[in-house]
Amino acid sequence: MSNDSASSKQKVTSTDEFIKGLWRDNPVFVQVLGMCPVLAVSNTAINALAMGLATAFVLLMSNILVSLLRNFVPKQVRIASYILIIATFVTVTDYAIQAISVELHKSLGAFISLIVVNCLILSRAEAFASKNTVSKSIFDALGMGVGFTFALFCLGAVREILGNGSLFDIALFPEGFQSWIVMILPAGGFFTLAIWLLIINKIQTRKTKL
Amino acid sequence: MNTESLGAIFLNACLVNNFVLAYFLGICPFLGVSGKMETATKMGAAVMFVMLISSMCAYGIHAFLVAIDAPFLQLISYIVVIASTVQLVEMFIKKMSPSLFKSLGIFLPLITTNCAILGVALFQTNKEYGFLESIVYALGAGAGFTLALVLIAGLREQLNFADVPKISKGTALTLFIAGILSLCFMGFAGLGA
Repeated sequence: MSNDSASSKQKVTSTDEFIKGLWRDNPVFVQVLGMCPVLAVSNTAINALAMGLATAFVLLMSNILVSLLRNFVPKQVRIASYILIIATFVTVTDYAIQAISVELHKSLGAFISLIVVNCLILSRAEAFASKNTVSKSIFDALGMGVGFTFALFCLGAVREILGNGSLFDIALFPEGFQSWIVMILPAGGFFTLAIWLLIINKIQTRKTKL
Repeated sequence: MNTESLGAIFLNACLVNNFVLAYFLGICPFLGVSGKMETATKMGAAVMFVMLISSMCAYGIHAFLVAIDAPFLQLISYIVVIASTVQLVEMFIKKMSPSLFKSLGIFLPLITTNCAILGVALFQTNKEYGFLESIVYALGAGAGFTLALVLIAGLREQLNFADVPKISKGTALTLFIAGILSLCFMGFAGLGA
């Protein structure tokens, strides 16, 4: 929740708000927020993408509403009302996914409902949308949402390629490929995320040295 | 629907499908407060307590929502119940033991956004557990959460003295340990089935 100092002090353009979510303040790789869905549903690329898009949608809608209501919500009950707003949109998303694809709904399971307690969404509502205009909040939500989806996809793709030998259910390797079962297991999620964090850390430290 | 014995439900929630290491629920506090053994145990106990109460409430709410035929209110009412339970627990502890209240500090309100608690409420509804089974399930999940938290905290306290590459310090290292622990817990598969 601490990375928003720039937005209030100096003039920041909308594109900046968008870009920062993609890389500099990437919710997963840099802020390490919203870990539960990241690890739980990233066993295949398609699940990861669906989860990322669902979260991005909830993030966008709740950011808009929180930003619109920012002058009306009393300070004492703000967190409770944010959670209610988020829960409403999550319920909408839950039913929408069920209508679009029952299969996908089954494989994501209870994790769609669990978007409610994704700390990323609440932290954006509290740290950004409640203090900024609607248009800025939209760009912030879009950036964070895309960044989150991108990170989920990075994990999901690696885990599916190594664990299943396929990407989006298309086989990538010849017959004899021994798939790494550990990658689709829970442990694989921890390892893959840890390795991505190592890579990102390496890039960051190199940047600061230059 | 379920013929599982209570003991099996407990073992299942605690070890075989450990909430943290197999379902990835409650990762945020898991990474956040697992630095010290003492806070880890206290956090575990608080979570377990809230889990138990909210699981009982969730059972009642589910029965009520089914009765008035409004399943779409499930998520919203669950989250409200959890938030108010946390508030109640907070007030109760503040009144009964101010010293414990102080040592738990910010962690108490943060329990609201612990996905493990909402997870317990949702899973027990999906599995159509009865009242007693729900309680046992919540207890097992809470015990499993505390166990994982304490194990990681112990390991991390030791690792403070280890010489690791600079880039792997912090979250990445914790995730590696969690991965190895998760592999260990897979050894429990088949237990209590």
